[in-house]
Amino acid sequence: MDLNLTPDEKQFRDELRTWLAANTPKDWPEWQNKPLEESYPYLRAWQRKLYEGGWAAVSWPKEFGGRSATLMQQSIFWEEMARAGAPPMANSLGLGLIGPTIIAYGTEAQKKRFVPKILSAEEIWCQGFSEPNAGSDLANLQTEARLEGDHYVVNGQKVWTSYGWIGDWCEVVTRTDSGAAKHKGLTVLLVDMKTPGVEVRPLKQMTGESEFNEIFFRDVRVPKENVLGKVNDGWNVAISTLMYERGSYGARLHLIFKSHMSRLIELSKKFQRNGKPASQDPIVRQKLAQAYAEIEIMRLNQMRAFSRMTASGVPGPEGSIQKLFWSELNQRIQQIAQEIFGPYGQLLGDDPYSIDGGAWSYGYLRTRGNTIEAGTSEVQRNIIGHFVLGLPRSY
Amino acid sequence: MEFGLSESQEILKDSARKFFAGECPMEEVRRLMETDTAYDDKLWAKLADQGYTGIIFPEEFGGVGLGKVELILLMEEAGRALLPGPFFSTVPLAGAVIDVVASPEHKRKYLEPICEGKARSTVAILEANASWNSADLKLTAANSRLTGEKFFVTDAAAANFILVVAQDGIYVADAQAAGMTISPMSGMDMTRKIHAITFKDTPATKIGNTSNLSKAFDVATAALVGELVGGMQRTLDITVEYAKMRKQFGKPIGMFQAVQHHCADMYLETESSRSAAYYAAWALEENVPEASVAVSIAKAYASDAGRTVGNRGIQVHGGMGFTWENDVHLYYRRAKASETAFGDSIFHRERIAQRVIDNETTSAKSALK
Repeated sequence: MDLNLTPDEKQFRDELRTWLAANTPKDWPEWQNKPLEESYPYLRAWQRKLYEGGWAAVSWPKEFGGRSATLMQQSIFWEEMARAGAPPMANSLGLGLIGPTIIAYGTEAQKKRFVPKILSAEEIWCQGFSEPNAGSDLANLQTEARLEGDHYVVNGQKVWTSYGWIGDWCEVVTRTDSGAAKHKGLTVLLVDMKTPGVEVRPLKQMTGESEFNEIFFRDVRVPKENVLGKVNDGWNVAISTLMYERGSYGARLHLIFKSHMSRLIELSKKFQRNGKPASQDPIVRQKLAQAYAEIEIMRLNQMRAFSRMTASGVPGPEGSIQKLFWSELNQRIQQIAQEIFGPYGQLLGDDPYSIDGGAWSYGYLRTRGNTIEAGTSEVQRNIIGHFVLGLPRSY
Repeated sequence: MEFGLSESQEILKDSARKFFAGECPMEEVRRLMETDTAYDDKLWAKLADQGYTGIIFPEEFGGVGLGKVELILLMEEAGRALLPGPFFSTVPLAGAVIDVVASPEHKRKYLEPICEGKARSTVAILEANASWNSADLKLTAANSRLTGEKFFVTDAAAANFILVVAQDGIYVADAQAAGMTISPMSGMDMTRKIHAITFKDTPATKIGNTSNLSKAFDVATAALVGELVGGMQRTLDITVEYAKMRKQFGKPIGMFQAVQHHCADMYLETESSRSAAYYAAWALEENVPEASVAVSIAKAYASDAGRTVGNRGIQVHGGMGFTWENDVHLYYRRAKASETAFGDSIFHRERIAQRVIDNETTSAKSALK
């Protein structure tokens, strides 16, 4: 056990730090609060720049334009990005989830065709997994793909698709064998979103915005060569994507939480409670300290998981602990913020008295989704119970 | 950066687990907890043979010279076995205090016999007000004679000499010293006995001052968290095993999600406590600036987790969990005693708050910590 940086890690950090100092756009704060529709070209340009510097997907193998970075180097990457105040990348699902899945399961032709354009943000990817009747029970999905000659004809509906409105391509899980057991008849297709019959509709969520979409497929013709992995083996391909989702995302979240926490501590000194700054109220202090401790523990859990994953080579069910931990912690942080702000906490961004442009009232509502998206807390606990602790399957 | 254990650390942990399983099975724990001291000569000699009594102390005083991470791993295994008797009081507590505050001559006299397994000790800290702040200590020393009282002193009846925190420094009193009365306090944890001690003009030797005491207490606190982690892990293991075996409605109860989710939360809390404990140990070993905060984070979290893991463990066991014969309550009792020792979660959260809200690097109010 040695948490000091190795010479390799130090060199990686220094090289990145130098690059970021020279290349991070200075005007990001002006763009940050604009709607995504407006800032998207900006984020694409930023990813393009990272791509040209060789920094867009450090975790990817060198032959695919990455740096074959270790998990520790990946976490250094996100730490340095946060430190530099760098904008996020446009194609986050492509880089984090779908690219690695294509690299793992794709044919040579698919890798050649899709991977470079994911990296350069030329093609933005979205993920077509959930359906109205397939949420936690993902394997129950009904979107049908029927082979007709050298095309699959896709019919059905997907929901909760992030970036659906801007996606050029979509990783779609379909049912290709309705006679097989429900996990066995699935196939993953790579679908061009401009194909006739694909319709994207915004899905208005409880925050009032439309971060997600519904996608409708009506007789959408997808060439056979766009099957990812083997026909009827889509469950394994999809699970691999979900593992990336649960495993790697936590790496950068603690940095985001940490910055929220610093701001909250700052604000707690400005808001009054019983005639004194809230930061002097013993109960508020207890709650802030607990959240601070838990953010630190989330970081430590992540680092330990990285060490285990480095030893075993693949993301495992331990990712479920991270997902469970961060999603519930994020809700607690937002709740503490509300308690500190009192009635001001409810004010939305368009109110002149709102706090930080409504970021906290938004955060309070938005974090309710955290324990649902990417696998509910209940599903994560099932995974821990069955796959980690070896308890019998409950369903 | 490597947060996994090194090969030698794995070996140490593994051999400690085997050692405790062989030398201190639950029958032995239950036998010793019914005695006055929970101490056993033969077991102690074996601990010393393994080098455990000198694990972190310098070789020149008969120690093994290993680091804090190794200490925490050993404590984790001791916690898993629910090792009874004065190991914690003697090694990571009294030993660490002597190591930090005493002169080489005093180390020769007090630390060396600890390393060699010839002496047991403890540190008398709390008084009737049960405050961990040094400003609240009332026990005084005049001409090297102690007068006052100490409460909640662990393993005092098994100690050959007792370290006493007085207003003006750290003293050592011999177990047989005149004017010293040790009386048992009846605590929940029967495997680690607690005592009240009164001092009336008790002769004692001053071995150091209190200015560096917090360093030693950080080591003891981290060690206690390591021990808590081992207890949580054992509670989880027993509980999962039971949930797989116990049937109701014709199915193992571990098949029901209500039960699974308790177990999943136990796992999350145990693993999180472990991450915090390992990091605190490493931070102390490397002397990183935030080491004290890391210790507080670990103790704040594990104090609560030790209790909630026990709560869930008992609940999952149902009626069986409420019986004397089931071991879960023995761990639960230990966790409760450890929860308040060296500051409970409320104490440590305030300590974190002083650091991260008030940006106080040292707090005059709690010089002990």
